[in-house]
Amino acid sequence: MVGMEIAGNTPRLTAREAGLVACRSCARVWTPDHARCGRCGARLQSRDPGSLQRVWAWWIAGLTCYVPANLYPMLITDTLLHESANTIVGGAVEIASHGSYGIAAIILIASVLIPVGKFLAIAFLAITARHGSRVDPGKRQHLYEIVEFIGRWSMIDVFVVAILSALVQLSSVASIHPGSAALTFALSVIFTMLSAQSFDSRLIWDDVRARRIAARHRKDVSA
Amino acid sequence: MTHVHTGTTALGRPLEDLIACPSCDALYVARVPETGGRAVCDRCHTVLIAPKRRAGLRIIALTLAVLILVIAAVFFPFLEIHRLGLGNRASLIDTATAFSSGPMALLGLGTLAMIVVLPLIRMLLILYVLTPVVFDRAPWPQARRLFRWSQQLKPWAMAEIFAIGCAVALVKVSDLAQIGFGPAFWMFSVLVVIVLFNDNYLCTWSVWKSLETPRD
Repeated sequence: MVGMEIAGNTPRLTAREAGLVACRSCARVWTPDHARCGRCGARLQSRDPGSLQRVWAWWIAGLTCYVPANLYPMLITDTLLHESANTIVGGAVEIASHGSYGIAAIILIASVLIPVGKFLAIAFLAITARHGSRVDPGKRQHLYEIVEFIGRWSMIDVFVVAILSALVQLSSVASIHPGSAALTFALSVIFTMLSAQSFDSRLIWDDVRARRIAARHRKDVSA
Repeated sequence: MTHVHTGTTALGRPLEDLIACPSCDALYVARVPETGGRAVCDRCHTVLIAPKRRAGLRIIALTLAVLILVIAAVFFPFLEIHRLGLGNRASLIDTATAFSSGPMALLGLGTLAMIVVLPLIRMLLILYVLTPVVFDRAPWPQARRLFRWSQQLKPWAMAEIFAIGCAVALVKVSDLAQIGFGPAFWMFSVLVVIVLFNDNYLCTWSVWKSLETPRD
């Protein structure tokens, strides 16, 4: 791993402090009079002022969809003997009652623990980006990367429902249909992904520098 | 007014020599590491530059393979099940159209987009952008915008997630019926591995740099 260094290696400088605007899409820097990146064409903003608003808007939309996703059935199974409609948690409980604790645990982690964790993590990042936090920014950045990475994997549940519904169509013997929760769950995942994407991670780091500078300033004043 | 630093800071260099970390805005003088190495932001550890040997050609080869596999996987049956003499097989298209009634049709369209259409578009965009670059020609029209789009599409192309979904679905129906794998299942498995390798090879900064340099 080769690190990069700033010329002189003196206290780190951000593009904003250098009076420049960085392109988040291709990492090129421009003088502030550019509205769009001359290399990749992305819109340039030193810091995205609407970022946190959009984060919260998508966040609320995602949470709103997540509630019905847990109340309505995800999967409707018709077999010769009976018809059963399972919610996400209900399905996991049923699998556990058949003795497959491992699979039940995976389902619970993927469809309950991870979505709830994502909502909490995004809320934490948005709140601390605005009000500051003692939590190390490196750790917060790491949390953000985990949320971004894991977000799309929640779609796995929706795909499983799609695969089962397409595959298990054995006339009267056994058939599986998607329940309405599949739609709301998919929407919830998409909205949460949009919420995470709206977050401008540079806000995590600004706060640290602002506070360090403020602390130095206070020291100067008292001295 | 913004205060402009001079002297020992990075600003002594022309703007095209600088690189700003997209995650934390730290400013660096871009220094390309040796092939196979990685330049990492030392504040937030985001990988900034990671050139690979003959990456362009490899990516083009892998992307072509993905294209062929996705197209094939759409038409061949994917999984099949049997129970009490009854059987059914499903292709990718069947899977996407499983959500067919009312508002669920929307979900079907979304599924089709995420597992087939967007991965395909993304591969085509990457081919379009990289082919002239690899063969040392001037970039084709709109290459920069299209490459930016291909990067924005990345989180929404979910072919590999779908493939893992298949594995989960198999476990779920295993007590309900007997399962067989169609040819498309194996193609999709290969595809997932290739997609993961492909993204690993793609150093976006190097691509941007080569799109920026004018050629004759």
